Amino acid sequence: MFNQDIVKPENLVYKKTDVLTDKIMHYCPGCGHGTTHRIIAEVIEEMGIQDKAICIAPVGCSVLAYNYFEVDSLGAAHGRAPALATAIQRLNPDHHTFTYQGDGDLAAIGTAETIHACNRGENIVIIFINNGIYGMTGGQMAPTTLIGMQTATSPYGRTVELNGYPLQITELLAQLPGTYFVTRQSVHTSAAVRKAKKAVRQAFENQKNKKGTSFVEVVSNCNSGWKMTAPKANEWMVENMFVKYPIGDIKVDGEIVQK
Amino acid sequence: MAKELKLMKGNEAIAEAAIRSGCDGYFGYPITPQSEVMEYLMAEKPWERTGMVVLQAESETSSINMVYGGAGVGKKVMTSSSSPGISLMAEGLTYLAGAELPALVVNVVRGGPGLGTIQPSQADYFQATKGGGHGDYQLFVLAPATVQEMYDFVFLGWEIAFKYRNPVMILSDGAIGQVMEKLYVGDYVPRWTDEELRKNAPWASFGKPADRDHHIITSLELDSAKQEQHNHKLQAKYREMEEKEVRFEAINCDDADYIFVAYGSSARIAEKAMQLGKEKGYKIGILRLITLFPFPKKKIAELSTKVKGMLAVEMSAGQMVEDVRLAAQFRCPVEHFGRYGGIIHTPQEVLEALEEKIIKRK
Amino acid sequence: MAVKGTVVIDKERCKGCGVCVVACPKSVLALAKNVNGKGYNYSEAIIDECIGCASCAMVCPDGVITVYKEKK
Repeated sequence: MFNQDIVKPENLVYKKTDVLTDKIMHYCPGCGHGTTHRIIAEVIEEMGIQDKAICIAPVGCSVLAYNYFEVDSLGAAHGRAPALATAIQRLNPDHHTFTYQGDGDLAAIGTAETIHACNRGENIVIIFINNGIYGMTGGQMAPTTLIGMQTATSPYGRTVELNGYPLQITELLAQLPGTYFVTRQSVHTSAAVRKAKKAVRQAFENQKNKKGTSFVEVVSNCNSGWKMTAPKANEWMVENMFVKYPIGDIKVDGEIVQK
Repeated sequence: MAKELKLMKGNEAIAEAAIRSGCDGYFGYPITPQSEVMEYLMAEKPWERTGMVVLQAESETSSINMVYGGAGVGKKVMTSSSSPGISLMAEGLTYLAGAELPALVVNVVRGGPGLGTIQPSQADYFQATKGGGHGDYQLFVLAPATVQEMYDFVFLGWEIAFKYRNPVMILSDGAIGQVMEKLYVGDYVPRWTDEELRKNAPWASFGKPADRDHHIITSLELDSAKQEQHNHKLQAKYREMEEKEVRFEAINCDDADYIFVAYGSSARIAEKAMQLGKEKGYKIGILRLITLFPFPKKKIAELSTKVKGMLAVEMSAGQMVEDVRLAAQFRCPVEHFGRYGGIIHTPQEVLEALEEKIIKRK
Repeated sequence: MAVKGTVVIDKERCKGCGVCVVACPKSVLALAKNVNGKGYNYSEAIIDECIGCASCAMVCPDGVITVYKEKK
C-alpha cells in the first residue's frame, strides 16, 4: 500500500457510514443496489435522522435490504411497501419512512399501491431501482424491460406484440398532483453518485418539510441478469437504458421540469 | 366505569369501540354489508376525538398492508371488510401471522362463493379458522352474537392480539353487522403514548434509538432450520391459546339430551329453537362458541359423552361441524343444519332438523 | 507538490467487480492477481498516484474503500 503514513483520522476523506451494518451484502459484484443503499444511509447519517428512519424493504433482490440499513425496518409483501409506508408515516408524522423497491415490485405487482400512495401525496420517500429485469428470481422480464431485451421470459427479446411497452412509471407518477419531487438518477460514476445522493437528500428534506411524496428512481445495472461484467453492464446501461429512461429531474417543487 | 346506553348497528359499534379502545389507526375499503364501519368513523372524525388515523385505501390488499405497517411499528391498528374483501386480505393475514404482528380484522360475512350475495352468511368459517392464506398459521377468531359483543370484542381483541403478538379476527356476519340493538359503551381507553408503546410493544420497529440494534419486522427466513424453529414457536403459541383462551357460553347444557353447537347469528336462532323444543318436551342445550380458534374441543368432548346427539347449526354447507365431529370423536351423533348463500334459517327449521337428523334417527 | 492520497481497501469484503478500477481518474487501481477468501480478485492500488478524490469509494457498491488525503 502506498502512502500509509497519511492514514490518520484527520486525513479521512471517505469511509462507510455506520448507518449501514457490517453485514456483507448479498448483491452480485458491481450491483447498483449496494451503492444506492450507501447513499441513502449516508443521507440518514448526515441529517441525523437514524432514530426516526423506517425502512420498508420490498420483495425482489433487495428483500434483505433491512439487514443492511441500521435503522428499524419492515419487510413488505411483494408490491405493498407504499401501503405500509402510508400507514407508518400517518401514524408517525415526524418519522422518515422510506420504501426501497425494484421495478417488478413497484411497477408491476405494486402499481396500485404506488400510484395511490403518490396520488394521496403521502409524505414518504420512495426509492425505485430500475434495472429492467427481475433479478432475484433469475432474470425474468420486468415492466421496464426494453424492447428487444432478452430475459428468461422473453428469450427472443421483448416484443410489443407479446409484452406491450416498457413502462415509464416515473413520468406517469410525475403527472399526479400528490408527487412533489420526481427525479431519475444513476449510480454508475462518482459524479452520478454525488448527484443521486443530492437527490436522495432532497427527498428526505422534502419529507421533513411535509411536502408530500418524493420519488427517486435510480436506473441501475443487473450484470448477472444482463449477463455482462459490471463495467460492461454500466456501459450498456448508458447506451440503452438511458435512452428510454433519461437521467434528470422530472418534477421539482411540485412543478414538472420543462425540457 | 361509567356506562352509557346507546342504540347502534353492529358495524357502528365496531367503529365506536375502535375509537374508545385507544385504536391508533383504521384502514378500510367499502364493501357491503360492513361499509358503516368506515362511514361512521369518517363522520365521527376520531382524529379530533382521540388522534386516531382513519384512511380509505385503494383496495383491501392495501388496507391490510397498511395494517401490517402500522402493527409493525407497534400501533393498535385495524381493518374491516366482508368476505370477498377478506379473500383479498388473505395475503396480508398470513404475513401478519408470520411476522407475529398484533392487529384486529373484522369480517362481516356475506354469502359466497365468489361475489355471492350481500346477505348474511357463516361460510367463511374455514377461511377464518383454517388459514385462508398460505402456511401453518392461525388467527385468533372471536364470534360475536350481539351488537354488545361487537363492541366488547374490539377491546378483548386488542388484549389478545398484543398478548400473543397475533392477528385477531372478529368473525361477524351481515345480520350482526346490520342489526340495531342497545348496547352499553364505557369509558375511553386512551391511545398509548410513545413511552407506553415502547413498553407494550418493545419488539416493534418504531425507530431505532442509539442504545439498541435495529429491529426488523419480517416473515422471511431463508434458513430452513430457523424457519422450522419459528414455526415451532408459532405452534407453541397456538397451543397456549388452546390451553388458556377458549371461550364459550354453555346454556342449559348440564342436563341436556341434545346440544345445538352454534355461534353468532345462528346461536341466537338456536336459542329460539331450544325454547320451541322445550315446549315439545325436548331437553336441549346450546353450546355457543365465542372463540372459533381456539376451538372448545375439551368442552365438546365432555358433552359428547353425556348427550344423545349434537346439531351444528351454521349458515354454511357444513364447516364448523367438521371441528365438532373431530372433538366428539364419534361418541355421539353429530349432524349439521344450516341454510346458506345468504339465507338465514328459522328456529322452526332448526328444530325440525334436530328432530329429523338426531332425535328420530334410526 | 502533487496532492497525496491513499486508499485502504477491505479486500476480504471486496467482490472484485472492477467498478472502482474504471472510476479512478489516475488509473491507480487494478484487480489483483491473487484472490480473497471468497475467491474474488480484489481491488488494489498498483501505483503511487492516488489524489484522494474518493471516486472509487463513491461507486463502490460494498463500501469497502476508505480514502485518505493529506491536508495541506
